[in-house]
Amino acid sequence: MTDFLLSHWNYFIVVLLMMIGLFIVISSMNLVKKLIGLSLFQTSVFLFYISLGKINDGTAPIIMKSGHDGHSSHDILYSNPLPHVLILTAIVVGVATTALGLALVLRIKASFNSIEEDDILQAKRELRKRSKSS
Amino acid sequence: MSTLFINISLVSFMVVIALMITFSHRLFAIIIMSGAYSLISAAMFVNLDAVDVAFTEAAVGAGFSTVLFLAAMAWLPAEEKRHKALLILPLIICLVTGSLLMWAVAYLPAFGDPTSIVHQHVAPRYLAESYDKLHIPNVVTTVLASYRGFDTLGETIVIFTAGLGVLLILMGKTGRTHNPTTSNDTARDEDVNEK
Repeated sequence: MTDFLLSHWNYFIVVLLMMIGLFIVISSMNLVKKLIGLSLFQTSVFLFYISLGKINDGTAPIIMKSGHDGHSSHDILYSNPLPHVLILTAIVVGVATTALGLALVLRIKASFNSIEEDDILQAKRELRKRSKSS
Repeated sequence: MSTLFINISLVSFMVVIALMITFSHRLFAIIIMSGAYSLISAAMFVNLDAVDVAFTEAAVGAGFSTVLFLAAMAWLPAEEKRHKALLILPLIICLVTGSLLMWAVAYLPAFGDPTSIVHQHVAPRYLAESYDKLHIPNVVTTVLASYRGFDTLGETIVIFTAGLGVLLILMGKTGRTHNPTTSNDTARDEDVNEK
């Protein structure tokens, strides 16, 4: 049982972190805090992928050619480079989407003078009522 | 064994920070804590042999996105409004989703298992032949720029579109209370991002 827990510890914690991020996104009314929750969620997904790519006693996937003492690159155990590549792309795209989200938040602040979701919804409701009555 | 120990302590630290973010209401503190969270995850990535990912995360995740948030905070209120929202529904959703994911995750191969199915398909080929074909020692670079160059091209297009979107949102139709200096400054940030 402890063996199982230790060997899957990373995955369980990643799920826990994901759920904390999801909880912040759903429960928080503040738009900036929502974005932070989204980036927490994102980072935990990155962690999940990188954990999958790890090999015990492996090393970073940078080929070492020693040659003269007979060691070829096949004798060294490297961790899986493929998840690393995927996550490199995802990190940069994640920041781009965060920037887009922040721009939207600034725009919302300019129009509604608030970044709290309930205030914004109420303002929208009042706007709709006013346009109906006029 | 030491890898596992470092893993467990770093990851527990991340959980503590995430919980602190959940219960904090001051946005500046939240932003700095999320920067710390990214930095610890970068340390985690070094420990998991993903050095390229680690320095990208440290530079872009912990550095640049924190700066972006702080720049945006110049025009936003610093405190989150306290309100009596119903937390029971989000809690139930998170618990149900979390337990489903935990159930699924329990069936994954053990952490660090070299016979895991992830390591069987294309990665061995990349590791075996990339140096002889392209003479770049770093396999991650080779895969990113050569084997999966089109993915990287797509990534650049996504970032370009995002930068364009930010510029259009901030510089286009401005609202009544909108301050023109706001859009220009943040837009300049985005220009840097694009490059």
